[in-house]
Amino acid sequence: MSRVHVTLSVNGEPREMLCEAHQSLLDALRDELGMTGTKEGCATGDCGACSVLADGRLVCSCLMLGVEAEGMDITTIEGIAQGSELHVVQRKFLEAAALQCGICTPGFIVAAKALLDQNPNPDETTIRYWLAGNLCRCTGYDKIVRAVQDAAQELAYEA
Amino acid sequence: MAEAHDYKAIGTRPVRPDGVDKVTGRANFGADLNLPNMLHGKMLRSPHAHARIKRVDVSRALAMDGVYAACSGGDFPTNERTTDLAKNCMARDKALYHGHAVAAVAARTPYIAERALDLIEVEYEPLAPVLDVDAAMADGAVLVDENLRTNGDASKPPSNVAAIVKFERGDVEQGFAEADVVVEVDCRVPTAHQGYIEPHACTATINEEGEATVWCCTQGHFDVRSLTANVLGKSVGEIKVIPSEIGGGFGGKTIIYLEPIAVKLSEMSGRPVKMVMTREEVFRATGPTSATHCRAKVGAKRDGKITAASAWLAYEAGAFAGAPVGPGCMSILAPYDLEHFSIEGHDVLVNKPKVAAYRAPGAPQAMHAMESAIDDLARELGMDPIDLRLKNSADEGTQAPYGPVFPAIGFRKCLEATKAHPNYTKPKAEGTGRGVAAGFWFNIGMQSSAEARLSEDGTVTVVEGNPDIGGSRASMCLMAAETLGVPYETVRTHVGDTESTGFCNVTGGSRTTFATGLAVVQACEDIIAQCKQRAAATWDVDVEQVDWADGQAIPKPGVNVDANPLSLRDIAKNAGRTGGPILGRASVNAQGAGASFSVNFADVKVDRETGKIDVLSFTGIQDAGTAIHPAYVEGQMQGGAVQGLGWALNEEYIYDENGVMENAGFLDYRVPVASDMPMIDTQIIEVPNPSHPYGVRGVGETPIVAPLAATSNAARDALGFRIADLPLSPPRVLEAIDNQADA
Repeated sequence: MSRVHVTLSVNGEPREMLCEAHQSLLDALRDELGMTGTKEGCATGDCGACSVLADGRLVCSCLMLGVEAEGMDITTIEGIAQGSELHVVQRKFLEAAALQCGICTPGFIVAAKALLDQNPNPDETTIRYWLAGNLCRCTGYDKIVRAVQDAAQELAYEA
Repeated sequence: MAEAHDYKAIGTRPVRPDGVDKVTGRANFGADLNLPNMLHGKMLRSPHAHARIKRVDVSRALAMDGVYAACSGGDFPTNERTTDLAKNCMARDKALYHGHAVAAVAARTPYIAERALDLIEVEYEPLAPVLDVDAAMADGAVLVDENLRTNGDASKPPSNVAAIVKFERGDVEQGFAEADVVVEVDCRVPTAHQGYIEPHACTATINEEGEATVWCCTQGHFDVRSLTANVLGKSVGEIKVIPSEIGGGFGGKTIIYLEPIAVKLSEMSGRPVKMVMTREEVFRATGPTSATHCRAKVGAKRDGKITAASAWLAYEAGAFAGAPVGPGCMSILAPYDLEHFSIEGHDVLVNKPKVAAYRAPGAPQAMHAMESAIDDLARELGMDPIDLRLKNSADEGTQAPYGPVFPAIGFRKCLEATKAHPNYTKPKAEGTGRGVAAGFWFNIGMQSSAEARLSEDGTVTVVEGNPDIGGSRASMCLMAAETLGVPYETVRTHVGDTESTGFCNVTGGSRTTFATGLAVVQACEDIIAQCKQRAAATWDVDVEQVDWADGQAIPKPGVNVDANPLSLRDIAKNAGRTGGPILGRASVNAQGAGASFSVNFADVKVDRETGKIDVLSFTGIQDAGTAIHPAYVEGQMQGGAVQGLGWALNEEYIYDENGVMENAGFLDYRVPVASDMPMIDTQIIEVPNPSHPYGVRGVGETPIVAPLAATSNAARDALGFRIADLPLSPPRVLEAIDNQADA
């Protein structure tokens, strides 16, 4: 089976990968680039564990083909912290105990960052609807929503 | 024992030690391991809910380019001792549910493996399936297992009822005769899945001497080791299991599905084999918990004193015996002090996946029935539902319906806290309903081991064997820091594999913080004992003259030593000169797990046009014994509440008449999402468990028990009539509203 050469940027770094035509971006990231921070929970776009940013837009990487990422800027969970400094959303998740098992956490953090990038002051309802594409079975969402609220508050304070 | 407010570490909310790796994508979960030369395994699953397997031929699949191994039931040891678990991992002569594994292949890529499955030839003789408890218990029912006899009684004819269990006290007929008011509910709760976000995954390799290594996501790698050995006919010592991080389990990852198959495929191919389930496979072939049919009846005097209660429970086991009906029977009346009761439970086989533990297994369904009846009783009596429960509540000294006498328990305190809670004293909003229910879970102890290793700079490494499913490393660090008298940051906890730490039972039964915590505390006490000896030797005094306080050895009052206290760090630094490395060890079979009670209440609004129920507020009040890390205790309470709310409002397996699940995905098996839920308010009650040095009870399971009935009771309050069955999904609610309007 012939594979397709794909050139893209991942977390600001130029990368190349050989994808099978049917391979999802999620599988390409995990299996071709060895970036396993992005998780598979369903592979049908229902759980959000595989959330990444594609040219800044929040997508389920299981619903995109690897070959579709040609020329795109992809941001994964591995690219959210800046060097040794955690992103405020990551820090607030830790401080608020907003994770239990942690499998959904990469997706939630990517999604929450995307929200705050475009709406730095969301109300609770906005946060809940924005994160409605990410399933968490452990926390009941309470502490996740609070962590995002805390992150927004800190960003507002810094601004 | 010290009061909670005296603790320095316990009761604080530090960042968990494994946290950074979990917010940055570094943490490795079940599917994240890749080995050189690794193959990918896939399972062929039965398209029939019930069928005889006449022939399986994998030869065409094996001949496909890129396929290296294939196996089916005939490749595994099969004799009269073959366990149900082994037959569940790979079908032998019969496929017992839609999705039952019948063969497997290993290939160079997952894609090739999947295509190779199409080349496996299986000849089935389809049989009629039996799909619910009522049909399975009826005369002349199709038999799931022709050799099964109730309670193993060979004198009885074969049956789908694997077991009948009974609990009785007093004279229940007399009790009902004494009652002024008697109420009864009859309700069905459908199959629900644990719904952990991480599908089952493992990677296995085996060498030419038969030594296997398995990496997997599990709640208990020691159990994976013994169960895999059992299925393969190997000794436990031939298998090493390394647990990855685990992406949720809720009881569903306490057994095995893939591991022995991956080892077998590795043995056949001589290469490592990775197997990862799809979400559809998770729904069709793992978990779930029992669908149930329950009847609950309760009678009381006008003043609210309950005179008798009875219950009849029938639980689907799936295709093999083992529904959690025993714990359902044992929990259903646990909150109450009763003179007369009778409970009868049935473990019933049907052609559905073998059930697995799910958070307080069996209790939510049973208590949904009884707590609905108690709610109806309160209405009949015109009593506040909390007052009715206070009048009949179990307390210290009450003999539990399942036998033992309760030591100190927190149920009354939960009830009193509910009455005083601002969410309860606040009048409900116009057009809404409020419902209350009690919850209970036993919690368990069992076996755990731990080591506490003192490093040369005075930091401490705790090694134990319970996968951290929700912050337990942080709890272990807090208990170790408290015991040693050192800062939390100087202690790290690691989850060891089956070769690097002593035996631990599963992370389940809400036992880890209690039982493994006990082992960790004792391992730290072992360190302290050794440190006191080193200090005594250094000071040339008797060890009896040395105390331990605030992380240092000090001379006892009145002992004249011309020296400064020796800190843990000082002792660690000099360990080489005072006798060598210091290693604390403990292994326990923890007794005295503390029962945990709760009271939950919900305010709901019913949309009479669509039948949709919105949860406006939800409050969980629960006795934790002592909250070691209160944020993670709250997290358990909130997460359990939302799982319970999902079960109450939406979640159910929908089957067609052939026993094929029609909603095997997260789009159609709809678990709650963030926008469905309000904040979940919590109040932790602390009635310390006398059997744990810091009073821990275990908190993980009780939270899912009460939400089913609390939601049902709230809907009853809002609607003006009860819908006994769950889930209270829009179609069911709308139909009930329409029927009520017609009546």
